[in-house]
Amino acid sequence: MNLKSALLGAVCAFAMAPAAFAERGTDGEVKLTFPQAVSIMNPYLSSGTKDIFAASMVVEPLAGYDDTGALIAKLVSEIPSVENGGISEDLTSITWKLLPGLLWGDGSPVTAEDVVFTGQYCMDPAGGCAQLSKFEGIKSIEAVDAATVKITFNAPKPNPFTAFVGSTSPVLQKAQFAACLGAAAPTCTDPNSMPLGTGPFKVTGFTVNDTVSMEANANYRDATKPAFASAVIKGGGDAEGSARAVMSTGEFDYAWNTQIAPDSQAAMAAEGKGVFVVAFGTLVERLEMNMTDPSADLPEGERATVKHPHPFLTDINVRKALSMAIDRQTLTEVGYGAGGAPTCNIVPAPALYASDNTGCLTQDIEGAKALLEAAGWVDTNGDGIREKDGKNLSILYQSTVNPIRQDFQALIKDWWAEIGVETELKAIDPSVFFGGDAGSPDTFQKFYADVEMYANNFDGTDPEAYLTQYKCDKAPSPENQWQGENMNRFCDPAYDAMVAELSGTRDEAKRAELAKKLNDMVTKDSGIVVPLVHRGTLSAHSNALGGVKINAWDSELWNVADWFRVK
Amino acid sequence: MLTFTLRRLLLALPTLLFISLIIFLLVDLAPGSPMSEIPLTVPPEVRQKMIEALGADQPVFVRYILWLRQFFWVEPANLIDGCFGSNLAGDEQRILSWQSRAPVFTVIGQRIPQTLTVIGTAYLLGIAIAMPIGIYSAYRQYSFFDQMGTLVAMIGFSVPTFFSGTLFIIIFAVWLHWFPTKYDTTLLVTDWPSFVLQLKQMAMPVMVLALANAAAISRYMRSSMLENMGQDYVRTARAKGMTERVVVLKHVLRNSLIPVVTVIALGIPSIFGGAIITENLFGVNGIGAALIGAIHANDLPMVQTLAFIFAVLIVVFNLIADVLYGLLDPRIRYE
Repeated sequence: MNLKSALLGAVCAFAMAPAAFAERGTDGEVKLTFPQAVSIMNPYLSSGTKDIFAASMVVEPLAGYDDTGALIAKLVSEIPSVENGGISEDLTSITWKLLPGLLWGDGSPVTAEDVVFTGQYCMDPAGGCAQLSKFEGIKSIEAVDAATVKITFNAPKPNPFTAFVGSTSPVLQKAQFAACLGAAAPTCTDPNSMPLGTGPFKVTGFTVNDTVSMEANANYRDATKPAFASAVIKGGGDAEGSARAVMSTGEFDYAWNTQIAPDSQAAMAAEGKGVFVVAFGTLVERLEMNMTDPSADLPEGERATVKHPHPFLTDINVRKALSMAIDRQTLTEVGYGAGGAPTCNIVPAPALYASDNTGCLTQDIEGAKALLEAAGWVDTNGDGIREKDGKNLSILYQSTVNPIRQDFQALIKDWWAEIGVETELKAIDPSVFFGGDAGSPDTFQKFYADVEMYANNFDGTDPEAYLTQYKCDKAPSPENQWQGENMNRFCDPAYDAMVAELSGTRDEAKRAELAKKLNDMVTKDSGIVVPLVHRGTLSAHSNALGGVKINAWDSELWNVADWFRVK
Repeated sequence: MLTFTLRRLLLALPTLLFISLIIFLLVDLAPGSPMSEIPLTVPPEVRQKMIEALGADQPVFVRYILWLRQFFWVEPANLIDGCFGSNLAGDEQRILSWQSRAPVFTVIGQRIPQTLTVIGTAYLLGIAIAMPIGIYSAYRQYSFFDQMGTLVAMIGFSVPTFFSGTLFIIIFAVWLHWFPTKYDTTLLVTDWPSFVLQLKQMAMPVMVLALANAAAISRYMRSSMLENMGQDYVRTARAKGMTERVVVLKHVLRNSLIPVVTVIALGIPSIFGGAIITENLFGVNGIGAALIGAIHANDLPMVQTLAFIFAVLIVVFNLIADVLYGLLDPRIRYE
């Protein structure tokens, strides 16, 4: 060994030192900024992503997901499985074993009673728990001993990792929330804004819709973490301002949700102070085709119901032609830049469940024209609009008020005009569109239009519940007060049968195969749903912040305990 | 004067009650739902349960009566309890924000200090800039200074704060690195360095708002001065051999201030109302930012309470302006 390599070795050793001898609280303060401010720190009373992410630094579930979507143990010693006996052979119960010596932020021990209590808290019918669906099908949650929790289900449950898994379903401290059950839940202001947790940080100050101040949790289970002594989340402003505060002025270390125009992204990234990171989850911007007639001439109560099939969108050739005419690459570049990718799937991820369906990625205007021509849709009167049996191909295309969506609408309208389809555009306030008010004609459930565009995704990594949404009986109608997720009123008994098969299948490879088939049935085979862009969440972090691993399957701040200051 | 004030106060009560009803109905009838911010992954049954837990499914008049009771009885009782440690309110439910489940008045209490410091400073600064400009512009009408003053006032009037604010951020924060872009509300002023930090973070929002305020007030000041400059008493004062300084600053200014003071008093409710755009842009967690956040989230109790407080302030300051007018100008008497 010569002197040079010896010196190099020494230099390397010093470079590694900070990581190797990391200690809790040595790296000062980490500053985060969210364009929407945090309202509440209790994920059971809010399903706003901002609130859930902020809370994930403080309260933790039994298990979570890592950046690849794989389950990781958090408060338990191992992930239960049938093999290790944690899940019963008949799939009706799951048993979690808490880590020994686990403490709450105030130093008291975490016990199985806390987990049982959290279940009661969310399942109380008067509590208005936002995560109730995670607890669906649970018969009982019981503490076998101080460190063991057994959850029993009403029926075999192929995916038992819903309750207490992921940042939306953390464990609350019984002592703190005991008086907050049921109707009292919303009135417990202090616990809701400053919950005690097991996470790397502890809330020290909370101003509603503004700032959350935190300090390192002295009782965190890993004595060397977190590297930061304190953390602060400042909310408010807009995505542009948040991105600027990290990428241009360097006031903040991390900004969540910095979805800004692609040219601004490029300009800020070029300054070299930080980087944009993208988490690709399951969010897909899509067009939904209405299978029922939304004509205003129909009486209320029959309009847009299965009684009246759509005059032309029921023709599969029309739906396919509309999809073929769209250039998804251009849409992505115009709207999302690095924060998006063209897709043909409604289940675009995780890789295991994503179909290899790429046929829609190249625009084919001529093909679309030919398809319409062959199906008998021709322009006989020379007005540029194709018709057949006296029915014009003219479409009312609705979406929410959002600059990117209006760009998309304008582009798609032009492409459709090229193939002889007339389009009228409509933009609705998002709070009305998504508000679900059965009295409003403009909700996305009522779908009083021919085509509508929005984005949807599913929680976690398993698409079963999401694919169930396209079953016949999930169609919104006057009978069910316009509740339901099958906006298209798509109905195919073969699809329903396959969904039933999926829910009864345990083998993962088989599940994936079925999920891919279901995805293809509603997308490429039928054209009922026309996926456009797979949207990621764009976040930014400064070069002075290390350890960030973007995660689309759980809270983006899932590994905040490992974050450190780059010196 | 006293009877006039009393009569006005008594008249204000039914007016305010009527305003509160109108606001409530308007806010309630506006389309949208408190659940619209919730991701689509939450199933409809769960949404319905959440709405019920908020009490948002109750008929509008039930909610209105409840709100009236909470606003006029529970909240004042809570305030008294807080001050004197009594237990008037018991455990009656306060007005809770649907967004944060925190009492609306706690949120307002957290936010008033920021709004008063930032918007109040901007208002005072605006007045301090506007007065000399208005006075001198009128004294030297059509001079270069007057033309410049008019130009600045026009800019202040016509450039919206979202534009001037963004411009300031790019110049002073991104290029020059003088000021932070986000207001740190956790900063405590304890010593000189923290005071400097506070000044730095206030600089941009205060500049933006002061420009807008100064523009309006300087125009009032100028026109009021011009009106008085031509009066007989000014000529008399000059004829008596008084210096220009005494004529302008003692005689003309005093008389010209009467309408300006009322304009300033009428503008005070807007300080409490905060500045929606500026606060949002700079991350000042004031009342304006709270209002816009609540509107976005369809947080009806918050919007309703804030809007009603603004209504009360406007009514009160109108009355104060009227009374001040009578006090300042002996010619005006309310009978």
